[in-house]
Amino acid sequence: MLIYFLNSIIFVLGLYCLIAKKHLVKKIIGMVIMEYAINLFIILIGYKDSGIPPIFLPNMELATFTQQSVDPLPQVLVLTSIVIGMSILALMVAISLRLYEKYKTFDMSEIRRLHG
Amino acid sequence: MEGMTFIVKTITRLLIAVIFSFGIYITVYGHLTPGGGFAGGIMLACGLILLTLAFGKKTALGKLSDFWASLLDNLGAFTFWSIAMLGYVGGYFFFNFLEKSDPFQIFSSGTVLVNNLAIAIKVFASIFAVFLALTIFGRFVSGLISTEDEE
Amino acid sequence: MLFLFYTLIVFCIIGSIIAIEARNILASVISAGVVGMGLSILFLFLGAPDIAITQVVVEIIVLIILIRSTVSLDNTAITKHRDTFAILSSLIFFGLFLVFAFMAFQGLPKFGEPLMSVSSQYLQNSVSETGASNIVMGILLDYRAYDTLGEATVIFTAILSAFVVLRAKGKKKREERDKIRVGIPGKDDLPETVAEIDEESESVSNI
Repeated sequence: MLIYFLNSIIFVLGLYCLIAKKHLVKKIIGMVIMEYAINLFIILIGYKDSGIPPIFLPNMELATFTQQSVDPLPQVLVLTSIVIGMSILALMVAISLRLYEKYKTFDMSEIRRLHG
Repeated sequence: MEGMTFIVKTITRLLIAVIFSFGIYITVYGHLTPGGGFAGGIMLACGLILLTLAFGKKTALGKLSDFWASLLDNLGAFTFWSIAMLGYVGGYFFFNFLEKSDPFQIFSSGTVLVNNLAIAIKVFASIFAVFLALTIFGRFVSGLISTEDEE
Repeated sequence: MLFLFYTLIVFCIIGSIIAIEARNILASVISAGVVGMGLSILFLFLGAPDIAITQVVVEIIVLIILIRSTVSLDNTAITKHRDTFAILSSLIFFGLFLVFAFMAFQGLPKFGEPLMSVSSQYLQNSVSETGASNIVMGILLDYRAYDTLGEATVIFTAILSAFVVLRAKGKKKREERDKIRVGIPGKDDLPETVAEIDEESESVSNI
């Protein structure tokens, strides 16, 4: 249980960075850290004690492999989510570049003040 | 002089072939060893991004321009989709219609190899295209930093 | 083994605290990269080499994109006026979140003993059915290829919207030229002040 709790502390740190910080790049970093925490959580759920990676090698028996291997399904989901996270980051960086071009600053409070 | 210093250029010239062949190896052997299309495609994009950073944008755009990058992106997605549609030959979407040989061989898994290649091409092209858009085209969106990068 | 996991997770926590609290944006971005690298070592020991490889490569790309596009543009830190209300409310919310998360974790399967009701089927049949000895790739591109198709769509859409957001040449000029050619009044031709509107209504009533 403790390892799940430590993992959720990483998630909370990312969420804090997303809410309380003013710099746009720091907000992006907070989003990235949240993403890491969620990926790690899904992998942790599928871990088996002293498990081997889910890769079948020629000198293995199928029965012992099925007994010992870790859960491959969360790894599949995380593999797609990592690449999606990177493309979402690219989109966020593009939007913040546009904001910088318009307001000449990365400060969120400045941007809000200039708006109204 | 465009790009980085002489040391970086020499080391890039030595390493670029190794990076590309490792990316292709990771992609092609994805169904036998750890790796796969995602990691291989991003490695290929890493090689081209290293080329861009070391030699400047002219060399990299000569190797793969933004038009061809977006075309390759579409091509990868279209290949993946058409393999999925070709599954209707055997009955359903994503049917593994190619012939399978013995396990632990390179042609052992039918469409998985072709899908891996398509995914690798798609990820490679799209990551390189978005890198170009963010760093090179994004820098003088409307004369933001116009004097630094333009020749 | 469990001690190694705890050490690496605490390393990641320290790295993310430095990434959040560092004044310099470049230091902050590099600390986020440190978190990703520690995470990839953790993935390697958790029995997921595919994820570890992908995480390392993605981390490098994320660092390059962030440094090259944003940090090199403007590296000034923000030092003035902290928003105390946001910090206080978020801290209270996070305390509540951690308490409820701790209650929810009691219902999960114990760490190290996963429920493998679906995955055991995949592990048994994947090598004979798909022929891929890497079970992850067998599931990703054969059993669950729908997921991958959706993922490819998401990447395509995100990259496309990044291109649209960053487009240098606007579409507006061409639209206005077309409007002039067709004869639709542009924005400047429409009345703006009250007096102009009055004039126009008068001229309409005169007709």
